[in-house]
Amino acid sequence: MAVPLKYNWRNLIVRRTTTMLTAISITLTVAVFIVLMALANGLETSLTSTGHPLNMFIMREGSQAEGFSSVRRDELRVVKYLDGIATNDRGEPFVSAEAIVLTSLLRVGREQGSNVTIRGLGPKGMALRPEFKIEEGRMFRPGLREVLVSRRISKRFQGCRLGDQLKFGKGYWTVVGIFSAGTSAYNSEIWTDVVGLMEEFSRNDYTDVLVRVKSAEAAAQIRQLVTSDKRLHLKPVMEREYFESQMQTATPIRVFGSLIAVLMSIGATFAAMNTMYAAVARRSREMGTLRALGFSRRSILTSFVLESVLIAMLGGLLGCLLSLGINGVTTGTTNFASFSEMAFDFRVSPALLLTGMAFAVFMGLVGGFFPAWRVSRSSVVNALRSC
Amino acid sequence: MASLAIKRRQRAAKLLVNETDGKERPMSKPVIEIRKLCKIFRRDSQTVAALENVDLKVNEGEFLCLMGPSGSGKTTLLNLIAGIDQPTSGELCVLGEDIASMSEDRLAAWRSANVGFVFQTFNLIPVLTAFENVEMPLLLTRLSAAERKEHVLTALELVGLADRSEHYPRQLSGGQEQRVAIARAIVSDPTLLMADEPTGDLDARAAEEVLNILGELNHEFKKTIIMVTHDPRAARHATVTRHLEKGQLLPLEEAVLSSSA
Repeated sequence: MAVPLKYNWRNLIVRRTTTMLTAISITLTVAVFIVLMALANGLETSLTSTGHPLNMFIMREGSQAEGFSSVRRDELRVVKYLDGIATNDRGEPFVSAEAIVLTSLLRVGREQGSNVTIRGLGPKGMALRPEFKIEEGRMFRPGLREVLVSRRISKRFQGCRLGDQLKFGKGYWTVVGIFSAGTSAYNSEIWTDVVGLMEEFSRNDYTDVLVRVKSAEAAAQIRQLVTSDKRLHLKPVMEREYFESQMQTATPIRVFGSLIAVLMSIGATFAAMNTMYAAVARRSREMGTLRALGFSRRSILTSFVLESVLIAMLGGLLGCLLSLGINGVTTGTTNFASFSEMAFDFRVSPALLLTGMAFAVFMGLVGGFFPAWRVSRSSVVNALRSC
Repeated sequence: MASLAIKRRQRAAKLLVNETDGKERPMSKPVIEIRKLCKIFRRDSQTVAALENVDLKVNEGEFLCLMGPSGSGKTTLLNLIAGIDQPTSGELCVLGEDIASMSEDRLAAWRSANVGFVFQTFNLIPVLTAFENVEMPLLLTRLSAAERKEHVLTALELVGLADRSEHYPRQLSGGQEQRVAIARAIVSDPTLLMADEPTGDLDARAAEEVLNILGELNHEFKKTIIMVTHDPRAARHATVTRHLEKGQLLPLEEAVLSSSA
């Protein structure tokens, strides 16, 4: 039979200052871990959830990101009429030739600029992205230097609110609408009319083409056609795969986050260990007494490890509560594939909270084990003799 | 007042006898048999013989008082009999079992079933109430919570502290703490009661109370008690007093049977 848990619990209450200080070191570790992982999660979510399963980008051979691609008008004419491309309700090929420009905008409250993607596209481009929705204002009118700004960019950059004048290219553009695009990567863009944008930047070529294919088989067929056509120096990439391949951006955050969490956890584990060594030393005679009464070594070991785990769980719980505060908060980072701002929400998932708790329990187990082992190994007589 | 005390004890006696599987053990059966018992401590390169060739027999129902100067080995002998220390050599048979050869886990279970401890410094768990302290040994038994409660209250009643059951050790006087410790020692109805200087930290009045309770446990409940003490008054309650010196048990001069009639 085990030493009752109330024994440990009351001991924790008696030395509440030490308990809290130890718990806080675990709280901070768990909170930092969850926040960094929530960051990576949010980034990955926004990249994995972007794209219609039958959408396909057609871009320049060898380009790793849209920004490096270009598609000539003669190439576009060939692409438009490829076999396997779906048609919209008006019987036209469901194809959107688009242009992308990066511009440096100032962050709200900062003097530092950051690259933001401006995408030129037409009504078909919007229809190809079903999650697209104008939340405020109205659609831009072609040729009138009007733009739509995504909600997240609007909040994070200067001059991006509805009605503001935004400067890029040769002059000012009016923000006529705020849009959202689900949880996708398009939430970090500014959209305008493709013709106007290309004129503004004196471009002849499109950046890439987004097409809707009829089916997965059709996608394979188009892939075959495009790569074998000598006139085209293009490659087709499914929209989803394209964004998922950019997840490398999240990798450094994950690695760095894990590293920081591991380093902090070493500190927190030692804090727990130190606390438990002190507890063990102070309660050595109590342990001797319990052993004399007939409690086994194992029950003493379990009791102390549990006590340490209790502290850790307290810390972990506080860490979870603390980190919940950032759930849904928008942040941004530079997408290393496209070199442009990528805005996304921290995502604290139940699984992540559980992982955080498990992490805390692990610290408690490791921190408690060695002191508990020591006290459970000492002889009853020695334990009784200590004060 | 006196009649109340008697009634209380009658109830307690009933409960405790019920626990001892209903069997009356015949008196004067040896419960402890020790032959050529040695305990040698090694400190660095030096060896110190705490006990040398001790022979001892303790009969059931005896109240044995071990006396002797500091360092004479009396506590060591007590610890060996109680199964919390291991002898270097010799025979150590307690309640018919060779406890020197038992594993640590078996020994713990054996102690829980057969031995009650009373320490000089009481050793109550400060974060537990008197009730919870007394309940601790019962957590190692299969008794239900209700049965445990009954036993704990009886044990506390027996030491006259039923009304203090919700008090924490810091809210009790030294004498009361030691009485709670005695209640803890007897709550699981062990055959042997080990008391190491039980009055060492108490004033004269509290010491007398504690000794009276121990005497009563010996007389009325037939507990075999081994008590280590410096206190000559304490020895008066014992049926047998043995002296130790430099690790050796001095021969029994004459039976000091102050209260064995």
